[in-house]
Amino acid sequence: MQVATGKSILNGIAIGPLRVYKKVETQTAVTSTLTAGEEYARFDAARVKAQEQLGGLYNKALDEVGEDNAAIFEIHQMMLDDEDYLDAVKGIIETQGATAEYAVSTTGENFAAAFAAMEDEYMRARAADVKDISRRVVNVLLGVGDAEMMDDKPAILVADDLTPSETVQLDKSKLLGFITRHGSSNSHTAILARTMNIPALVGVDFQDDWDGKLAVLDGYNHCVYIDPAQELLTAMEEKRANDLKQEALLQSLKKKPNVTLDGREIKVYANIGNAGDVGLVLQNDAQGIGLFRSEFIYLDSQDYPSEDQQFMLYKRVVETMAGKKVIIRTLDIGADKQADYFELDKEENPALGYRAIRICLTRKEVFKTQLRAILRASAFGTVSIMFPMIISVREVRDAKEILEECKAELQERGIAYGNVEVGIMVETPAAVMMADELAQEVEFFSLGTNDLTQYALAIDRQNPKLDNFYDSHHPAVLRMIKHTIEAGHRHGCWVGICGELGADQTLTETFLRYGVDELSVSPASVLPLRKIIRSLDLSKEPGA
Amino acid sequence: MKQFTYTITDPVGIHARPAGLLAKAAKALDSTVTITKGEKSAVATKLMAVMGLGVKTGETITITIEGGDEEASAATIEQFCKDNM
Repeated sequence: MQVATGKSILNGIAIGPLRVYKKVETQTAVTSTLTAGEEYARFDAARVKAQEQLGGLYNKALDEVGEDNAAIFEIHQMMLDDEDYLDAVKGIIETQGATAEYAVSTTGENFAAAFAAMEDEYMRARAADVKDISRRVVNVLLGVGDAEMMDDKPAILVADDLTPSETVQLDKSKLLGFITRHGSSNSHTAILARTMNIPALVGVDFQDDWDGKLAVLDGYNHCVYIDPAQELLTAMEEKRANDLKQEALLQSLKKKPNVTLDGREIKVYANIGNAGDVGLVLQNDAQGIGLFRSEFIYLDSQDYPSEDQQFMLYKRVVETMAGKKVIIRTLDIGADKQADYFELDKEENPALGYRAIRICLTRKEVFKTQLRAILRASAFGTVSIMFPMIISVREVRDAKEILEECKAELQERGIAYGNVEVGIMVETPAAVMMADELAQEVEFFSLGTNDLTQYALAIDRQNPKLDNFYDSHHPAVLRMIKHTIEAGHRHGCWVGICGELGADQTLTETFLRYGVDELSVSPASVLPLRKIIRSLDLSKEPGA
Repeated sequence: MKQFTYTITDPVGIHARPAGLLAKAAKALDSTVTITKGEKSAVATKLMAVMGLGVKTGETITITIEGGDEEASAATIEQFCKDNM
């Protein structure tokens, strides 16, 4: 058994024979026998053909990996319209009497070298894109199709490098995984592999004689085993079977409604703590984002993030969700989440201290910067705003008044914003007791069960000595949840749960019987929860 | 000639996608749009040249509009920057 390591781009396991792919080196004549005009016409025809191919790839990728990831092929099409690129090709044909093939590959190399020399890692990675488009045009000129990377047997593909277009073209039913020598985990190819759910390793120093050998690609541990020992193989097969079960569950539940056997439909949204998690939200088919923790923008920053910086981030999330609801929780900093530039005092009792809405209502400019950024993003989709740590009606009114000020300021600046729904987190016992009054101020409630449990039971979750006293299903907490849902409904508010309890499958039936309208959970919990919901029958007696 | 500056807020800087969209937007105008960062300039319709400027987040670019309806073109490009970069 031989082991090689690399960088994993997807947690997953692939087991199968390796297929080492060598790119066919195409021989091209340098000197043309045609006139420069004729050569350029050949190039132009091939370029148009290549753009058509890219259009086809764009549509294929759109189906398989979504618009954001398909965009690369649109960019490739645009690159083939780039004036400098076209001028360079023309120049080589005219001044050197070269063939179109030679002119294109030389131009591709030159542009790729320019990108490869740039400081920025992202830009360096673009060298591969330029080479990719140039090779495509050359192949059209030579009349060769895209090389057959795979034969008809399923295999783990091993190659020096894979371009995004090669990755999309691969037959997914045969591709078990892939291993490349080059490429970064940031490359478009890596992103595509992740979206297509294909285990892959990059940066592996492979050997050509691996071809045909049995291998286990272990994406969890960043390595590949060649000729694996029997025990390892058995263990890995088991792990893989588990993954597949999960995956099958996913596939069978995607696009299905969250509806009980007796027809009650509820919404299942996902919680995210980072703009990058949006991919997971879509992959797991959540109907919206029920809790977008905006703190990360502040925690990742060395200074107060500007309105524009925040706007770009929110907008990206909102646009990617394409009209699905995005509930942004305003800044919840303080307690265990600290950013130095806020210069918050050390507190005896941070969980009960200066945090969340309490900071926002006293540092109004910080709050307004965020609210304006959220409002601006709301012009690009469906956005709701949610205020955390509320204990009184006055706080909600103050926050809403500040929100109105922000709208007026944007109006003055002539900047568009959408209709935003306003809601609050119900995570303090005070908010539960005041739920009837609070419900008249807002359009929705979202129960933050982690803090609510901690405050209701007066138990610090971080203290292991208290484990014996802690009961996550404490009737006090469950009654609070029931009370909040009922109070919300009395005044036309919808009520969701976004804390950990929302994902607790042993409570799903209870919550549905309470009448909850929405559950917001981690992306990975969305489909398992959907499965439970679809198996419940609320018309029957509980436990029947 | 009209000129304005813009500070990039997109975390990746002017990457392929916004550069591609910018090229598209600039082509639709009857003015020539030039992006300048430090001593380097690129015509906005040239996708690879714009990417070649390597503009990162937080950096400020100068945008110059020449010819055609400069007023309208400047407004279009300014809005484009705010929405996409």
